[in-house]
Amino acid sequence: MNIRTFSIGGIHPEENKLSHDIATVAAPLPKQAIFPLSQHIGAPAKAIVKKGDKVKVGTMIAEAGGFVSAPVYSSVSGTVFKIDSVIDATGYRKPVIIINVEGDEWEETIDRSDKLETLAAHPELTPEEIVERIKIAGVTGMGGAGFPTFIKLCPPPTAKAECVIINAVECEPYITADFRLMMEHSDEILVGLDLLMKAAKVEKGYIGIETNKPEAIELFERKTAGDSRIEIVPLKQRYPQGGEKQLVDAVTGRQVPAPPAIPVNVGAIVQNVGTAYAVYEAVMKHKPLFERYTTVTGKKLAKPGNFLVRMGTPMKELIDLCGGMPEGDNKLLAGGPMMGKALMNTEVPVCKGTNSVTVISGDEAKRKPAQPCIRCAKCVSVCPMGLEPFLLATLSAKKMFERAEQEEIVSCIECGSCQFTCPSHRPILDNVRYGKSTVMGIIRARNAKK
Amino acid sequence: MGKLIVSLSPHAHGTDTVERNMYGVIAAMLPALLVSFFYFGLGSVVVCATSVLACVFFEWAINKYMLKNPVTTVCDGSAILTGLLLGFNLPSNLPVWIILIGALIAIGVGKMTFGGLGCNIFNPALVGRCFLLVSFPAQMTSWPKSGQLTSYLDAETGATPLSVMKEAIKTGDASLLDRLPDSLQLLLGNNAMGGAGTIGEVCALALLVGLAFMLWKKIITWHIPVSIIATVFVISAAMHFANPVYADPFAVVLSGGLMLGAIFMATDYVTSPMCAKGQIVYGVAIGVLTIVIRNWGAYPEGMSFAILIMNAFTPLINTYIKPKRFGEVVKK
Repeated sequence: MNIRTFSIGGIHPEENKLSHDIATVAAPLPKQAIFPLSQHIGAPAKAIVKKGDKVKVGTMIAEAGGFVSAPVYSSVSGTVFKIDSVIDATGYRKPVIIINVEGDEWEETIDRSDKLETLAAHPELTPEEIVERIKIAGVTGMGGAGFPTFIKLCPPPTAKAECVIINAVECEPYITADFRLMMEHSDEILVGLDLLMKAAKVEKGYIGIETNKPEAIELFERKTAGDSRIEIVPLKQRYPQGGEKQLVDAVTGRQVPAPPAIPVNVGAIVQNVGTAYAVYEAVMKHKPLFERYTTVTGKKLAKPGNFLVRMGTPMKELIDLCGGMPEGDNKLLAGGPMMGKALMNTEVPVCKGTNSVTVISGDEAKRKPAQPCIRCAKCVSVCPMGLEPFLLATLSAKKMFERAEQEEIVSCIECGSCQFTCPSHRPILDNVRYGKSTVMGIIRARNAKK
Repeated sequence: MGKLIVSLSPHAHGTDTVERNMYGVIAAMLPALLVSFFYFGLGSVVVCATSVLACVFFEWAINKYMLKNPVTTVCDGSAILTGLLLGFNLPSNLPVWIILIGALIAIGVGKMTFGGLGCNIFNPALVGRCFLLVSFPAQMTSWPKSGQLTSYLDAETGATPLSVMKEAIKTGDASLLDRLPDSLQLLLGNNAMGGAGTIGEVCALALLVGLAFMLWKKIITWHIPVSIIATVFVISAAMHFANPVYADPFAVVLSGGLMLGAIFMATDYVTSPMCAKGQIVYGVAIGVLTIVIRNWGAYPEGMSFAILIMNAFTPLINTYIKPKRFGEVVKK
């Protein structure tokens, strides 16, 4: 087996895939569902319902608010309770639509049968039609960042797509939602890949899977054995392999240049495995994106598990399904421990990008005090972007933004490998984030003047 | 239910700590320390113990009474490490009062004046050693012969391999080099010829065991030690074949403080460059400077001066030599 990986840096955090062997179950409906209007990168969606409106499962409740945007669908049936603002996963107050759940009545247009629809049986689907259905269904990247999927399928005229890469790496510790999805819906994922390849007008598809999921590698190799267009790429276990640029490097050996370049500049379109499944459901089953696979996990949780969750479900209800919050102080994360966001309350709803609800307990939830930098250079050697995190952190803290820009601070992917490795427990990434966002603001202002 | 803790990612941390690295280096020095007890006996024990205790004391005292730091850095192992490195760089018959001055200069001037751990420009142990070398040249260049286990100040001294090499170059008489021990003896530190050198440098093999340990534990990378040793080996081999008055490359690499410097002094985190390319430049430059000082300078040993000179160039190397950025060269 030819095992590939990316070429610079990387770390090997403790795996903790506690829910690896636990089959997915559907989470019960919440009593009240909360739908943030901004679950994706880009302009927030615009609410098209008002208080008192009746909605069904799959009813559009907010339309796209611009080109880079995505509509939001209700995952429940019931009555719009109010349009309000709450603190969401970003830690900011954001507009939301709150719906009181009554029954479980679905829109008739959604095909709820289990029958597998293949692309071969639907030759009438043109690339444009596929992209349109993905756009209408509000499909966004399911791996966390949440970029609207249809935009990635329409590359700028300067770039030409050559392949679609399915990101089934799941390199974050704890999370197993993608793995369970692959084991339980492999046929649908492969049709989803077919659709993505047709939409992007390419003839080559890769599925990148880390070797800690041998069952998934074996299953997909068996299912694609007769298809020369699709290649399963086993990848060495290493974080942050699931980063878009790292994955393109690992699979194709091509490195995406510094921003503003994107993967399609080297011919690759990367989509999460959950996105491929959502594309299948959107195009073949006319089912908009309103439910997803989510792992609920933590070392101190009584019963970690994988759930098919209706979006808008407050995380507290999922944690209660797993035995409730552990005693003492905890950290509640939307996502995994490396890149997840710590939440301020347990009422935050599951969104399109919530691949995991992770509870870190006790001492692991607390940072150790920072010591002086001993210049051991370990942050430099693990940085997957070939940057110098110690320097960027210092430049940011000293507000030397011009120099930070020269040192390519905007290339940072915020993977946290530097801070994970730092023997002095320094808050490297905190500083780099501050510097990066400031420098990006400076660059935007400069470009606006031109 | 307790509190919810909120902070930015990452929320996981590896097991690495400052202490693990410092005590890891100290552990890597143990083979060489034990070998020095075997060769120098009492002298080695007195010198190393004095140096370590003095360095720890000065670190503690300066932190508490001069800098008035609320947190102490004594426990992180860096002062113990500096003390042990300083001891390794001294002859085993050095009087205690000179060692105390060396420790005060190493910690006080070399480290704490710049702001303590992580801020110093020069390797503190080498600052101490070079201060002593220029201040007390007689005491610092009398080398006891090995095997005198119970003697300290009264140990019988002799010429080291390096001074023999220097003599050969000065007189142009290659036959002097026949007095050198063979390479196997130099590797083991079993030097029957005369003075054995400083406490830590006597057995190259023990130092190489320490290197292997540090590479295995990922405390350091191979770049600095390998580039220094390879550079010295290649240049001295070329010189030896051009003119046999220069010693053969195995003897050059295995004698003097080269191994000690390449493995433990030049690899000091704080004073060496941050990226792999820079570390290789730094290592090659140290190798070249060592050869130049050893063969044409006033002192028989040039390792510590070479490292100090390159310490001064480290910020420059860090400014101009950058790691290879992701996507810098687009592979097709």
